[in-house]
Amino acid sequence: MATTTYNYKRVYVWEVPVRIFHWITTFATLILIITGFIIANPPAITTNVEATNSYWFGWVRATHFITAYVLIANLFFRVYWAFAGNQFANWRNFIPYTKKGIKNIFYVLRVDIFLMEDEEHKLSNISVGHNYLAAFSYLIMSLFFLLQVATGLSLIADTSTWWFPKMFTWVTALFGGDIVVRYIHHILTWLFMAFIVVHVYLVLFHDYLEARGEASAMISGFKFIRSERIEKTEEELIEEARKQMWRGKKKEESES
Amino acid sequence: MGTLQKKKSKTYYESLMDKGHSRRDFMKFATFMTAYMGLESSMIGQVVKAMETKKRIPVIWEHFQECTGCTESFLRSDHPLVADLILDNISLDYSNTLMAGAGHNVEEAKHQSMKDNYGKYILIVEGAIPTKDDGVYCTIAGRTAEDILKESAAGAAAIITFGSCSAWGGVQAAHPNPTGSVPVDIIIKDKPIIKVPGCPPIAEVMTGVVMHYAIFGTIPELDNMGRPKQFYGKRVHDSCYRRPHFDAGQFAKSFDSQEAKNGYCLYKLGCRGPVTYNACGSMEWNNGLSYPIKSGYPCIGCSEDKFWDNGPFVERLVNIPGMGIEATADKVGKIAVGAAVGSAVVHAVATNIAKRKEIKNRSQRGKANEENIKA
Repeated sequence: MATTTYNYKRVYVWEVPVRIFHWITTFATLILIITGFIIANPPAITTNVEATNSYWFGWVRATHFITAYVLIANLFFRVYWAFAGNQFANWRNFIPYTKKGIKNIFYVLRVDIFLMEDEEHKLSNISVGHNYLAAFSYLIMSLFFLLQVATGLSLIADTSTWWFPKMFTWVTALFGGDIVVRYIHHILTWLFMAFIVVHVYLVLFHDYLEARGEASAMISGFKFIRSERIEKTEEELIEEARKQMWRGKKKEESES
Repeated sequence: MGTLQKKKSKTYYESLMDKGHSRRDFMKFATFMTAYMGLESSMIGQVVKAMETKKRIPVIWEHFQECTGCTESFLRSDHPLVADLILDNISLDYSNTLMAGAGHNVEEAKHQSMKDNYGKYILIVEGAIPTKDDGVYCTIAGRTAEDILKESAAGAAAIITFGSCSAWGGVQAAHPNPTGSVPVDIIIKDKPIIKVPGCPPIAEVMTGVVMHYAIFGTIPELDNMGRPKQFYGKRVHDSCYRRPHFDAGQFAKSFDSQEAKNGYCLYKLGCRGPVTYNACGSMEWNNGLSYPIKSGYPCIGCSEDKFWDNGPFVERLVNIPGMGIEATADKVGKIAVGAAVGSAVVHAVATNIAKRKEIKNRSQRGKANEENIKA
């Protein structure tokens, strides 16, 4: 037995918009973390330049704000795609409200996190898209992201002339002043950094252990699943399509 | 007190003239106040008109748990007419610190004034109100601050809180708040409250707020934390004269550095300007002479809620409350990210042990395939 390998089928999991969303999030978050830490603790550079002729710190802040708006727009798009995208992008993945979802969370905790023996070896336990625990963690992180957005926008609301950040002035009043708001904004950055570590590790973990393209799926869009899990083979589907076409042609002929 | 009762029927203009000020002084003052209240110069005429025709408003000024620093600041307002106007002409009927009288007589006079002007007077509150142990930590004439406040507020048209103590709780309410101090708006819920925070507030701001009410008869536009927008609408940072250094990334590293001497931005020395709403940058103190940042010291954010707890003052990042003295967010964050990396490494090693059969099995199969690749 040990010498036979399983047959795998290539499945299109992450559509182009999902992948674009993912990489915009990645690079925007990296830029925001880097510029954020520069803003929080800028290097004190000794210089002879007059203040009039230099604006580097202003540019760092501008980069931070522009990138933040890109990330916000990106999230708006992803919310739309949760309704428009394929089954793996759908909002239902992110809320474990079904029995199946809750069972899957415990499965993932048992087998992937606490590394216990998978006794059942049921193929349906292996998620094709997100597993329910991962998806739920993305939902939690997106809530923290909303808090990050709300605190960030409330901090620039007073110097902004746009209505959008002005919608968030209540956040300052809620937390009792800018100093606390800024503080929450700072702490959440660390939370996101810890999450990035866990996220990247678990992707590599799955890729290493399952070898079905977990990491590269976010580039190619494809993952591999055992062929037993596919109801109809590609050949069968092509055959069906051909028959359909043939029937259609016949119908056309009989009509004319 | 009797003389004050008589003065009450006069307008602001009349009482100023009675004191021997010239029309020119009056016009200068009106212009000055218009500018301070953040109004356009076309409004000067209206301010003059209001001061010529409006009757003076009686003021009750209560002092509770505080240092009287707000009064001190107020007395040092730069324009001679500012203090004059409030102290003499707004008919200050009761103020523990400023009134000449004492004892039962003034208490009686206060009650008389409150009765006569019921629903019309402005109540100014300076200082926080202790609530622990039935409020015994601040008693005046045998009554607790809370009791006095409730009584004075009942007939007030509006309440103006002078200073951070009556606006937020201030130093008394700082951790661990031994006397259970609370700001005015925790106790009084049914009156319009104008918060004029600061430790102390700028004298011209205090006058400006009172004058706004006196002249227009309405409370000024407030932000969502109850502060008048014309004075607290901007952060100290947004009107700071050192702002170009901030944008240019020129920061002072320490108080004795060459950068500090050059007048660079004090951001890295913990300046709270970027998170503090106040008019220090535009109005400044002591006749527009200076303000902390101009004197080379970072803003400590004295007009912000819990400014005393959000220390240390000369560092950018404040300590996390309840996590020891030196627990800044960065320390906790580094530990959290370190723990994440550490557990990832441990998990990776554990994976290779726990799933060794699976990994071995798979690699055998893969190797078998490798040997069988068609040429």
